[in-house]
Amino acid sequence: MAMIRPMIRPIAAVTSALACLTLALAAAPAPQDGAKTLKVFSSLPRTGSANSQTTSIVNGIKMAIEERGGQVDGWTIAYEDLDDASPQKGNWDQNLEAANANKAAKDPACVGYIGTYNSGAAKIAMPILNKAGVVMVSPGNTYPGLTKPGAGEPNEPKIYRPSGKVSYFRVVPTDDIQGAVACEFCVQDLKAKKAFVLHDRELYGKGIADVFKKSAAASGLEVAGFEGVDPKASNYRSLVTKIRSTGADVVFYGGTTQNNAAQILKDLRSGGCKAPFVSPDGTFEKAYIEAAGKDAMSPEAGPVFITFGGLPSEKLTGLGAEFVKKYQAKHGEIPEAYAVYGYEACRVLLDAIDRADAKDRAAILAAVAATKDFRGALGTWSFDENGDTTHRTMSVNTVKDGEFSFVKAVDSGAGKAK
Amino acid sequence: MLRAVAAAEQLAILALARADGVPSFAADGTLSTWEVLSQQLVTGLSNGMIIALIAIGYTMVYGIVELINFAHGDLCMLGAFFALTAVGALGMDAWGGAGGTLGLVALLAATAVFCGSLNWTVNRLAYRPLRKASKLSLLVAAIGASFVLVNLGLFWGGMPMEVFSGGNSAAAPKAFPALVEPKPAFTVGDVIVSRPDVLVLCVTLPLMAGLTWLVRFTKLGKAMRAVAQNPTAAALMGIDVERVIGASFFIGGSLGGFAAVVYSIYNQTVGFQMGYRMGMDAFIAAVLGGIGNLPGAVLGGLLIGLVRAMSDGYIEARWTNSVVFGILILILVFRPSGLLGAKLREKV
Repeated sequence: MAMIRPMIRPIAAVTSALACLTLALAAAPAPQDGAKTLKVFSSLPRTGSANSQTTSIVNGIKMAIEERGGQVDGWTIAYEDLDDASPQKGNWDQNLEAANANKAAKDPACVGYIGTYNSGAAKIAMPILNKAGVVMVSPGNTYPGLTKPGAGEPNEPKIYRPSGKVSYFRVVPTDDIQGAVACEFCVQDLKAKKAFVLHDRELYGKGIADVFKKSAAASGLEVAGFEGVDPKASNYRSLVTKIRSTGADVVFYGGTTQNNAAQILKDLRSGGCKAPFVSPDGTFEKAYIEAAGKDAMSPEAGPVFITFGGLPSEKLTGLGAEFVKKYQAKHGEIPEAYAVYGYEACRVLLDAIDRADAKDRAAILAAVAATKDFRGALGTWSFDENGDTTHRTMSVNTVKDGEFSFVKAVDSGAGKAK
Repeated sequence: MLRAVAAAEQLAILALARADGVPSFAADGTLSTWEVLSQQLVTGLSNGMIIALIAIGYTMVYGIVELINFAHGDLCMLGAFFALTAVGALGMDAWGGAGGTLGLVALLAATAVFCGSLNWTVNRLAYRPLRKASKLSLLVAAIGASFVLVNLGLFWGGMPMEVFSGGNSAAAPKAFPALVEPKPAFTVGDVIVSRPDVLVLCVTLPLMAGLTWLVRFTKLGKAMRAVAQNPTAAALMGIDVERVIGASFFIGGSLGGFAAVVYSIYNQTVGFQMGYRMGMDAFIAAVLGGIGNLPGAVLGGLLIGLVRAMSDGYIEARWTNSVVFGILILILVFRPSGLLGAKLREKV
């Protein structure tokens, strides 16, 4: 009997995937005249609590296309916003991600795929798109194993590149840098001696928690406990007692808002633990503050810090600051942190389309890979041979009066990334 | 090496983080083995009481119509949304003192009536027409009802709730205000018994006592027991079977409503997906205790709560679900009718 519900879920997921597909097909614009249209897809979790974050990413993508008047080198750019999350999960769904990637691969006009937001979803889409030769630019994936040999599992990133070519690029620095920055912040600024490390058992969350643990060992921060939590548990009170009993003076959670980061924070505070709570960029969205509520995030309850692989919107300079200004004028609010990454991912893709002599997948892929000293919203950067950005500025943020508030920027030199 | 760039205003925030001195973050490092155990017991009992309250709803319905009401957890979820909306609409988080206590009682009562009526309605619309159909059809109807309720929750979450807006996303978990502040009610050594822990006890114990009284000593209770034993015979004795079934759904649902409010205050989070986990834990508890048996559901709930706490505390959090299901399998293998499921089963 107990199995009945779980068995229903995949069916529901497939049904909703079909429903999304039908909707997407119905909403697709009528074919343009001639073949002078290139298509760009994005695949992001549009359903669920990441919605606010991904809406601003999509807005960023649209703004990048609008800036060029919807045309590159005489070719019209058509854009379609795909959803890889289902309401049943309230989180990204592997069936939907696979369906999105297949859809892009099969569309002859498709030359680029902007996504994913979740590293776990990238794992599914990467091999599909790599086989089809579609270039993929991610605004949000930070798990190192997707690109860096030796940073993840032994067979990573080879398994994501069945064609042998690098076809996946990202504009955001990876967790091997972010995890180290978080650890260094705990040691140097918070003067922590003993950390309790939790993770959500997902690719991204466990990945960054592993890096944190490794960096802790290197910098003399004792790790009192390292545990994967149940991301759907109703509360974490007993875990909090365990944390209290170890006397940890900082708690790090490798996980996302969708995987209950706010609940863990609330239970820590109501369980009488005031230790600083540090979490990575997967919680750097308004939904985290909303879910935690004002009590758990008040300064008296205990400090909260969020690391991020870049600068928050209001601290961007140059083109980035211009983007934030334009965004504010258009949408009436400061964009969420990843908006500028969506904007940058789309701009670098459009720039490559512009530079490519032939407007086909192979030429555009080669042009993206050849991106050097790109003057973008995040500064001037290049893609390295793995598809990673050379941009390495990180920031530490906190929450003040219900808003994210910038604490400090950390510029990790290129030599640090190991 | 990392090069840190920090401005004065940001350093102020860091200073704030360290304001009460670095060692204070680690002040709890002195919990003794016994204190850890006692604290885990407190947590386990509180969680277990909430599970038990929901489990009663499963077991009552099963006892009378032999249906596993899979929609029950999701009914509780809707109860939590109802409570959140009521709190938001009335600005109740700002009510202090006696007004707060009175408001809390009113909130509990209103949510209980809401959930009871909803459960009664679900029974009337989805289950009653299938009374003569096979048990499997009834079960499928329950699963269908569960989906309908989940999606109602998703819709509800998307409605603008000005005061405690869950933001711009329907599916996002929403913060439930701490109507009972999560402060220690009293401490024994370093063991904290928080005010929400006390609330859980103050709500669940009288309800369980009341339910026992109702089933044992009232006319309705007698009728319920009669219908559970043999609906046909009960009808022949002049009992309005459908009315008794409806009453059981109402009572089971309203207990779920109480549980929803207590759960929301205890965990301070409401989300449309929470019903699944609430329902699953309670369902296991009901089966563990012997489904159809009221004291069994309470015993099962407490056991699940305690096992969860002990597993989180002494094994590892990621094994907890495996431990709970493992125990369920063992019980079903060696005592298929559950812990308190007697050979001569007296349902309800």
